[in-house]
Amino acid sequence: MSTFHPVDSPLLTEQAMYEQVIPAGDGWLHDLLPGQVLRIVDMEGNQAVDTLFYSTEDPTDHYSAVRTINRQGNLYLTTGSTLLAESGRALMRITADTCGRHDTIGGACSAQSNTVRYAHDKLPMHNCRDTFMLMLSQRDEFTKRDLAPNVNFFMNVPVTPEGELTFADGLSAPGRYVELLALAPVTVLISNCPQLNNPCNAYNPTPAKVLIWNAEGVNAHV
Amino acid sequence: MTALFTMTMQPGSKWSAHVGRGKAITLTATGDRANLSALFFHAQDPAERYNMPDTLKAQHTAFLTTGNILMTDQGKALASITEDTVGWHDPLSGYTTRQATDERYGKTTYQDQRNDWLRSGEENFKVELFRHNLSPRDIGVPVNFFSKVVCELDGTMKYMLQETAARSVTIRTEMDILLVLSNTPHPLDPSGQYPDASIVVSVADAEPVSEMDPCVVHCEENRRAFENTWNAYALLKGAN
Repeated sequence: MSTFHPVDSPLLTEQAMYEQVIPAGDGWLHDLLPGQVLRIVDMEGNQAVDTLFYSTEDPTDHYSAVRTINRQGNLYLTTGSTLLAESGRALMRITADTCGRHDTIGGACSAQSNTVRYAHDKLPMHNCRDTFMLMLSQRDEFTKRDLAPNVNFFMNVPVTPEGELTFADGLSAPGRYVELLALAPVTVLISNCPQLNNPCNAYNPTPAKVLIWNAEGVNAHV
Repeated sequence: MTALFTMTMQPGSKWSAHVGRGKAITLTATGDRANLSALFFHAQDPAERYNMPDTLKAQHTAFLTTGNILMTDQGKALASITEDTVGWHDPLSGYTTRQATDERYGKTTYQDQRNDWLRSGEENFKVELFRHNLSPRDIGVPVNFFSKVVCELDGTMKYMLQETAARSVTIRTEMDILLVLSNTPHPLDPSGQYPDASIVVSVADAEPVSEMDPCVVHCEENRRAFENTWNAYALLKGAN
């Protein structure tokens, strides 16, 4: 693996105009304006933050994993990655990253996929897909069809040249963060993953924090 | 198996159809550098569809071949790969866009080239989805049959040439599906030459699935996905 160079953000937390802790297993749905910067903090380390992005102007236009990884020719996201929508529209750009490994193909856990991956009796366990659906159900413009494959910030899903795929211990640690600049009006959907069956959360889901800074010169209300 | 239906998909062409459960769909490439991008939906409820992440993580694989199954977002076995003489089918890389097609192969138009203009996966999918009352919001991650993409440890994605001429893959349907196919280039194929391989699509009745079917016993995860499919059909079946 190539050496990771962490990129810190110059933004000061005391100047953030929004700060919110997302408890383990909870969701967050929020609209960003172009130029606003979103920071997601892995507060206690090794937490997967399942995240989807939509064009606020056209909510049917979801984040596209394949458009994003195709354009950069790389499976993983880090500083400099531009997140594209299915239309090709640029949604977000990663401007800082102190973790270095974010997954694009692991998707979100669901009750049904837990029955497949672990055991039929896992069906009642809390899961990301339920959080996504509960969040999206707040807005009429969204349907289940909008649940495209998501980004998993801080999650480590290595793919080997032989084509093996595993869920490994995260490379994250307490306080590591990723920061994204909104390139358009973007709706952000987060499920702070409650998965207890694999090491993606170190078997102990923990809170994540989101902070937002305004674009310079923009007095936006969120 | 006697084919119930056979058709040839020329380079650039698209096709969609409802295919009932228990069919064997054999795809055969007529040349090398073939790529067939495919989307799968539950025929009666297209909001349920093939889910790339759920499929790959359950089977701990980043490519598809014999023994693998395609799973829906509802944890069900949707289709199985029962035979494969290709070896690697790419589930990660998506489809060619109009912009990428113009950039790589040169801009072509219907006005200049008539039906020889070069088609994109993006437009093929949009048209075939719209035909079934779906829309671009339903474009997910397709399977790229016949293509191989290897990910290096740092995540770099590399298109690898593999022989496809006269090779074939057989997909058995485990549910009633809506199948959407686009014979358009792989988005990471670096060649500047638009592929000229046709794909022969042949559909026959499949043998019934036994408890010891190689796709069922491939791993415990596959068996549970089959059980979810069988349970769903058991619930749907009317009383005798």
